[in-house]
Amino acid sequence: MATRRKAERNDVIEPPLTRRVFLGRVLGVSGLAAGLAGGGYLVYSDRPMRQSLVELKKFKDFRVAADPLRPVMAVARGARTEAMAREAVEKLGGMARFVGRGDRVLLKPNVGWDRQPEQGANTGPELVGAVVKMCREAGAKEVWVTDVSLNDPRRCFARSGIGQAVEEAGGKVRLAGREDFVETDMGGEVLKAWPVARFFHEADKVINLPIVKHHSLCACTLAMKNWYGVIGGQRNRLHQSIHRSIVDLAAAVRPTLTVMDATRILKRNGPTGGNLEDVAVGETVIASLDEVALDSFCLGFLDLTPDRVPFLAMAEARGLGRVAWRELNVVESRVG
Amino acid sequence: MMFGLRGVRRVYGVFFFALFVFFLLVTDFSHLQGYEVGLFLQWDPLTALSAFFTSHTLYAGLVFSLVVLIPTLFMGRFFCSWICPLGNLNQFLGHLFNRDRPSDEYEKNRYRPLYRIKYYLLIILIIFAGFGVLQIGLLDPIALVYRSWIVSILPALEHGVFHGGVLVGFLFAALLLANRFLPRFWCRTLCPLGALLGFFSQWSLWRIRRDVDKCVGCGKCLYGCQGAADPDGRVRHTECFVCLNCIESCGEGALHYGLARPRSSVGAPLDAGRRRVAESIAVGLLAVPMLKGSVSARSVAAAEVIRPPGSLPEVDFLARCIKCGLCMRVCPTRVLQPALLEAGLEGLWTPLLMNRIGYCEHHCVLCGQVCPTAAIRPISIQEKVGVKPFPDPVRLGTAFFDRGRCLPWAMDVPCIVCEEVCPTTPKAIWYETVEVMGREKRKVALKRPFVQPDLCIGCGICENKCPVSGLAAIRVSSVGETRSRENRMLL
Repeated sequence: MATRRKAERNDVIEPPLTRRVFLGRVLGVSGLAAGLAGGGYLVYSDRPMRQSLVELKKFKDFRVAADPLRPVMAVARGARTEAMAREAVEKLGGMARFVGRGDRVLLKPNVGWDRQPEQGANTGPELVGAVVKMCREAGAKEVWVTDVSLNDPRRCFARSGIGQAVEEAGGKVRLAGREDFVETDMGGEVLKAWPVARFFHEADKVINLPIVKHHSLCACTLAMKNWYGVIGGQRNRLHQSIHRSIVDLAAAVRPTLTVMDATRILKRNGPTGGNLEDVAVGETVIASLDEVALDSFCLGFLDLTPDRVPFLAMAEARGLGRVAWRELNVVESRVG
Repeated sequence: MMFGLRGVRRVYGVFFFALFVFFLLVTDFSHLQGYEVGLFLQWDPLTALSAFFTSHTLYAGLVFSLVVLIPTLFMGRFFCSWICPLGNLNQFLGHLFNRDRPSDEYEKNRYRPLYRIKYYLLIILIIFAGFGVLQIGLLDPIALVYRSWIVSILPALEHGVFHGGVLVGFLFAALLLANRFLPRFWCRTLCPLGALLGFFSQWSLWRIRRDVDKCVGCGKCLYGCQGAADPDGRVRHTECFVCLNCIESCGEGALHYGLARPRSSVGAPLDAGRRRVAESIAVGLLAVPMLKGSVSARSVAAAEVIRPPGSLPEVDFLARCIKCGLCMRVCPTRVLQPALLEAGLEGLWTPLLMNRIGYCEHHCVLCGQVCPTAAIRPISIQEKVGVKPFPDPVRLGTAFFDRGRCLPWAMDVPCIVCEEVCPTTPKAIWYETVEVMGREKRKVALKRPFVQPDLCIGCGICENKCPVSGLAAIRVSSVGETRSRENRMLL
């Protein structure tokens, strides 16, 4: 058998090893070796992992310049949400004061739960739609609406009616997926680096659209508490120090404008609600440039006083606004 | 018999095998003298290459792999029969097992297409690594031989216990027994390191060459051919282990190792097959997302996945751990145990702390010192216990009481062993003294223990020493571990 194999394939010989061939081979293999050694030298490290350059983002300050001639807060009462929203914002100088041509505006309603509008657990779709419209009229290039919901965000945006209201008004719902969070320096007392939905870093203006709700741990969910929805990660840990966390969040995100939906008031069983008997009619929309004053004002809807809500005084101490809203320039009006 | 080339090679083989065993024996708490016990793992080019793909660095001692890889470019796969402890073990056993007639022996040493499999395995494992999934440790011969000795062979001799050790031992025995059917079955068929070295040896200058005029075609050279490299035909130098047996077997002096001479036969190229290579690439590419999509400690923090002190965050840890088991070997309390499926499929045989077997010794950092790839960073004792300039100790997790099983809490029986052994200062476990009226209506003074979570380092000594056997009344979960930013409970 061996002889047969030999006859078949054994006798092909190498071409003569001339100097040229030999040198060529030696150079080739040496080049490979040098490449390996050089590559090894280049990637050598006494650290186990390549240090990734994760730069910590910081929030922009989204506020516009103060105008002492205009009120800080405008309360509009009535029956039609859009009219109230327009009235309240108009009193502060109109949307054109806050949104410029070509701006990308990000709206942050409270869309925490898979609940219907009537249940008062989310910002009303009427207000969100109205504000999208107002931004578009003021020349906003894009109006994005986002929230980091607690229930499935797609269900929340659908059931709350906000998804539809935003689309109809010419805005766009942006839901943050796993990849959409960027590490952000919150610079707070308890909140240091946290993942934040990237839309907040991509927007020119941010408008807070909270709702008035009862909350079992911190008494109420209002404007400052609404910033829970900017961060991802394990934010359920914030409850261990909820008042300081709320103040840290409010200090980190300074919005252009806040428009509070007080048309429906969830008075009990917050922040989820679910029972229409827990929802009271508020017939009010408030636009404000001072979140502390706004939250303080809204305590009235929930039969609370500032001494029952520690984060208000803490926020004032941090210079975020005034608890005593009556001492500020606040206007109230009634529409329709 | 003359002490020829074969003798020289055997001396090398025995030396390196002895070195391997020596490193294993001294990688033990009682023998530690600062030996470079990870040397074999560090000069393994496959470890270095795949860890480079997952971490984009060539970490510290892994640079020694170039000492093997670069000579391979010139001289072929000498590592396989001169250095590799698993290769030499296989060779020895194959020699021992095979007592066939010489004609059968020749047939067993002929090249078979089966031997291509190793290249496909290598391709799949390298693709995994390219996408951050380091599974090379499953089949890398050095990691495999270390792991097998550490968690199954040595414990059998030393009466140690290891989690699932018999499985590792069984697989190791199976691959050794395979030599019974084909000599060096593992090396020829499955070894991905062999495949890598084979790939890099295809341009070697020095190789086995056969003089076609002197060769009479008797086939004696096949008798001792370890690599099944067809020395009687077109020599497959990508399969050749450079054992040089063929030179000694040849009665005609037709074979030599070196540069081509005027009548040298041509060699055969690497035999892998383009279509099969493409298939292997496809398999690798499809398997990566499936592996990542399978729940593991990488995607969902698991309470029982408690990693050694200094371990990188889970994603990076999995990108560096080659499952060699050196950390388990050096651990003085044997708390480090090979995972089965606790950390997901990807985490098979990676080290976990199992606190019923041992606990993490407060002033011990040995696991990080021996880890060849720094999946466990080499940390100092100062860093571990949190002495200046380190602000915090390295936490492995947090201990939780199970008040339904705790003697003072559930049965009004004094105990407080956990508090006694807690190594932190101040102690993370503290107690409240209470007086209770038991069933007999006699006053019992009890100390009821609590954990202060921000002081607990998760060392597990409380769980280890808890007198409630089986499920302890205080148990460590991974939550609060320093290495993870997500696996936390406190703000």
